[in-house]
Amino acid sequence: MKTKKISKVDLIFEHINPREVLTKACDMSPEDIINEMLESGLKGRGGAGFPTGMKWKLCAEEKNRTKYIVCNADEGEPGTFKDREILDRVAYKVYTGMAIAGRAVGAKKGIIYLRGEYKFLLPQLRMELDGFHKMINEICYDFEIDFRLGSGAYICGEESAMFESIEGKRGEPRNKPPYPTASGLFGKPTVVNNVETLVNSVIILKYGAEKYKLLGTRFSTGAKVFSVSGDTPIPGIYELELGMSLLEFVNEFGDGDTKAVQVGGAAGFCVPRKLFASTVIGFEGVPTGGSMKLFNSSRSMYHVLHNYLDFFAEESCGQCTPCRVGCQQLLKGVESVKRGESKSTYLNELVKLAATMKIASKCGLGQSVGNAFNSIVENFREEIIY
Amino acid sequence: MYQTDNLVKDLVETHGRRRESLMPILQGIVEQHNYLSDDAMVEVAKELDISAAEVYGTASFYSFLDTEPRGKYVIRVCKTITCAMKGKHEVIETLEDILKIKVGETTSSGLFTLLETNCMGWCHKAPAMLINDVPYTELNREKIVKIIKDYMHK
Repeated sequence: MKTKKISKVDLIFEHINPREVLTKACDMSPEDIINEMLESGLKGRGGAGFPTGMKWKLCAEEKNRTKYIVCNADEGEPGTFKDREILDRVAYKVYTGMAIAGRAVGAKKGIIYLRGEYKFLLPQLRMELDGFHKMINEICYDFEIDFRLGSGAYICGEESAMFESIEGKRGEPRNKPPYPTASGLFGKPTVVNNVETLVNSVIILKYGAEKYKLLGTRFSTGAKVFSVSGDTPIPGIYELELGMSLLEFVNEFGDGDTKAVQVGGAAGFCVPRKLFASTVIGFEGVPTGGSMKLFNSSRSMYHVLHNYLDFFAEESCGQCTPCRVGCQQLLKGVESVKRGESKSTYLNELVKLAATMKIASKCGLGQSVGNAFNSIVENFREEIIY
Repeated sequence: MYQTDNLVKDLVETHGRRRESLMPILQGIVEQHNYLSDDAMVEVAKELDISAAEVYGTASFYSFLDTEPRGKYVIRVCKTITCAMKGKHEVIETLEDILKIKVGETTSSGLFTLLETNCMGWCHKAPAMLINDVPYTELNREKIVKIIKDYMHK
């Protein structure tokens, strides 16, 4: 597969005049805004990669007078911290994106669900929000944003679990369909967008879809903020054009001894060295919400896997059996293989269990446990056994 | 046990009596008292006109809404992979050593509770911990000793 050279860009954190962009949004019809988003090819930056324009279009088509824009700032995926950085540095662009989405779909109310771990940001964010509300009042833009805090539950990053949480309940995901665009928060049509996705919508409106598409590839347009951590001499936040190979990435960020990269966090995939050159970072290859963890040859992949399984076993909401029991059994299973109490062939059974979880789990959490599990077991089997 | 009557009433005044007011109210109680006592949860249930089981059921879902007594300062050390790779064990050892408690326990002074938590989004500055709402990053023994000393003298 053809890949792009690594290329740093500066669009997300670039300072802009939000009033200008919102005035432009006011001059456009909601249909035109949605068409611009569709044309840009923007896909959700939280990890799942649903086309943003399509989401807005579906919500706009609903005939309800009350609709909501929910900003997903429950950044809980291990290894991602870019949304905190975006909120810390350019929160007004997030607010602007929500207001644009509001105009596009016909929503007057926005809610930002901020994870409890980021509560320290709230005073600063509220102050900036006051300024934003004042500004949009001046240009007669009817939209209001409010904050809701999480309380330490990874699953609330799942959109329907987030609705439950905002509604004052346990954060247990709902059955789909109905999808949020038809019946979301309080049963009303709702658009849920990740922090970075909303900022991208501002960029698209400012520069136009044509220009935006020049970045990235056909299937992964634009750039993406990456959270780089693990065995790297330069951990941090980097905005890079999508479509580069993992090898390009490792050459830039690795410590010269990288044996694997976990792309997309605990719910993502582990890519071993031999596949670096053939792996594209993007929706046509390995998608990521931004989490990039590098592991060098001093690391035990058993520990990595064990850590992820421990994470999932704790964070599974417990509502559906495949996920609740599956996470626990995968964890117990690798422990027993490691101790030599189960034969190494037991790993094959566990791979089947992970595959079952993918089919039978109610939400994305249980469905993705197998990503990390299978990719680590497949590529580092000896490290799990011995 | 703590007195909640006025606090719960104040929070209900601020956030309202609807079901969606529940989380902000519970978060407000934890902010003041670091945990939710049975009395507090019953009080909230009465105010919102829902069953106490609903309140407990919701509270017990969230790891930051503790239903057991906690110290004035709740320390949560990140245990997810990057922090684990970058010295989380030493952070725990140092804290256990200074505070003379194990993970999950509260000091006899009632000042500190030591807990572990999942990824808090500071992987590039690992290892990290939260004390109540404040994050501390790139921890080492020296730094931890100083941070804890500061809290002891607050």
